[in-house]
Amino acid sequence: MSSTRTTVRTHWVAVRAMLIFTAVLGIAYAVVVTGIGQLVLPAQANGSQVTVDGEVVGSSLIGQSFTDADGNPLPEWFQSRPSAAGDGYDGGASSGSNHGPENADLIAAIEERKVQVAEFNRVSEADVPPDAVTASGSGLDPHISPDYARLQVSRVAEARGLPESEVADLVESRIQARDLGYLGEPTVNVLQLNLALAGLEG
Amino acid sequence: MGVLFAVLQAATLVLILALIYRPLGDYMAHLYSSDRDWKVERGLYRLIGVDPRAEQSWPSYLRGVLAFSVVGLLFVYVLQRAQAVLPYSLGLPAVPEGLSFNTAASFVANTNWQSYSPELTMGYTVQLAGLAVQNFVSAAVGIAVAIALVRGFARRGSGTIGNFWVDLFRGSFRLLLPLSVVGAVVLIIGGVVQNFNGFTEITTLAGNTQNVPGGPVASQEVIKLLGTNGGGFFNVNSAHPFENPTAWTSLFQNVLMLAIPFALPRTFGRMVGSNKQGYAILAVMATLFVISLTALSALEAAGNGTAPELAGGAMEGKEARFGIFASTLFGSTSTLTSTGAVNSMHDSYTALGGMMPMLNMMLGEVAPGGVGSGLYGMLVLAIIAVFIAGLLVGRTPEYLGKKIGPREIKLASLYILVTPTLVLAGTALSFAIPGVREDVETTSIWNPGIHGMSEVLYAFTSASNNNGSAFAGLTANTPWFNTALGVAMLLGRFIPIVFVLALAGSLAAQDRVPATAGTLPTYRPQFVGLLVGVTVIVTALTYFPVLTLGPLAEGLN
Repeated sequence: MSSTRTTVRTHWVAVRAMLIFTAVLGIAYAVVVTGIGQLVLPAQANGSQVTVDGEVVGSSLIGQSFTDADGNPLPEWFQSRPSAAGDGYDGGASSGSNHGPENADLIAAIEERKVQVAEFNRVSEADVPPDAVTASGSGLDPHISPDYARLQVSRVAEARGLPESEVADLVESRIQARDLGYLGEPTVNVLQLNLALAGLEG
Repeated sequence: MGVLFAVLQAATLVLILALIYRPLGDYMAHLYSSDRDWKVERGLYRLIGVDPRAEQSWPSYLRGVLAFSVVGLLFVYVLQRAQAVLPYSLGLPAVPEGLSFNTAASFVANTNWQSYSPELTMGYTVQLAGLAVQNFVSAAVGIAVAIALVRGFARRGSGTIGNFWVDLFRGSFRLLLPLSVVGAVVLIIGGVVQNFNGFTEITTLAGNTQNVPGGPVASQEVIKLLGTNGGGFFNVNSAHPFENPTAWTSLFQNVLMLAIPFALPRTFGRMVGSNKQGYAILAVMATLFVISLTALSALEAAGNGTAPELAGGAMEGKEARFGIFASTLFGSTSTLTSTGAVNSMHDSYTALGGMMPMLNMMLGEVAPGGVGSGLYGMLVLAIIAVFIAGLLVGRTPEYLGKKIGPREIKLASLYILVTPTLVLAGTALSFAIPGVREDVETTSIWNPGIHGMSEVLYAFTSASNNNGSAFAGLTANTPWFNTALGVAMLLGRFIPIVFVLALAGSLAAQDRVPATAGTLPTYRPQFVGLLVGVTVIVTALTYFPVLTLGPLAEGLN
């Protein structure tokens, strides 16, 4: 029965190897990387938090909804994209809709959003950009396209009693170019834009 | 303009990979050829009871692979079942049995299919001590097997193909670990989180409450990609801003996924003593990669289909910061390797766009494929290619001075048959067993109609090829899918490994036959073209019928 002995022996080697790997790769590695992150790059390592008067109001990387308690969009804030994470921008339940291109629910949702966005901002449905009517992959997308931000300028300005040109300038100043000039897409960070908007008022 | 940026993005990736190719490939060749062990390694080998200088025959090497994987399977299973009593579990209960099996199989098989939503299921201890460890070691196993096959080509009249334990330790500690530490810091710079904070409840600007997650994400993220694993810390994987915050981190993640698979041809060339042979394999991989990426990018940019056309663009399931082209690059890279990470939701791709990730996986993930598995998959296809060329000219085929005889061809053919059998049988059984069919159609499938059939086909394609990506609308946390996909992942990983190691043993035992005027030169463009053709034809003929039932039917409707 030497083959049984060999098999048992090999598994015993494997168990000991796995214990070593668990200690080094499972625990020590994560602790070391956490140490580096917390000591050298604490802002990023802790989630790029945004604070107002010492209170954390969010993360610049995690999108938020700017709605009332019933989920209706608040006209005085720039609106984020539709979200499939929980009831919308639920940081504990990241998710896309996973609806396929011919899914009837998705088609109906896009039609409905298009009407809603157009009416809310008093623009033509043809001017509504794709990101305004589609849910992101994560459900936590912190960005909208510059087109969608510009579309919301006059509504926000009116709701806040601000000159439209001032809000428009603010949006233009908040457009983030593509990384290195060519990676990804130009974006506007909705939370940061709204924070600037709030500062502008006060 | 957008197209120009897309080309520049791809060119940047190519440039970085080109710069890495030689140093990383040479380093790996040295790593797996050197007979010097570090002092600390000698201590570890003593601890586990292995003589690092003892060479193994292929059955002995295989025994190591299988024993190590069985033990890994048990470790990950038990950790999940014990979650309730483990520290840093965020108050989460034990993972149910079926799901624990599926997850353990998934991570040990380098697949990282996730039937669960991590935020709601896995605490930090299971993520780190269970899943992250397998991210390292399952990748190291894949590379080890590929290296063993390369040794088979390189050695003459040898009864052995290396020492599994040495290959495993070196791959983990001297290759993956140092690269991961550096990569993790780069990701943190980009904004990936690394803490043990759990969820933080905050009041948003508009006065709502939001749960912001934390976690040791960067350390896990980097090895998820570098080891072509793909299991996300969060449900939405690399679409999550805490996993992949910017367009540049996304490009960096592409580099991480492709670095080792694209450098391994260099390692292969070095070890068989002809860099030209490495360049030929690289050329085949790169050709297929470019064609596939171009097709997916064009299809998504065109945005055909009712919903994308209504919205004005295929942005459902895509992040604003990535747009179309950083999404299609990631999707292509992820499915042409065995990673399966996503930064956009493949289920929401256009019908024909969504077929591309499936095709990439059906290709056998060889362009460039998973760490190790991509190289051994491509070398098996190369054996088929020289065999076909041999038939055409009526000569006994040979590759790198080794005769490709009946035994080699049998092993290569068996290798090729494993995954299609699993994919097609799994998909068919899902609809053929009455009780299962009802469950699949009512519980699991998310999108009605043809697209739902594509979800099931995608799932078995992904599991059997050890990819791990999904048409994620599918609810896979059911007894049928947890079991069937778990089995598909294990068989799809380890049966091919048996054939590869047997092949390695049989090649190593041969002497080298000298090249003659009649030998097919396997480093010329002619051979590259032949191998590209063989790869595509073997795939297309196998899967074309089932694709016509799914994405082709939906896209051409």
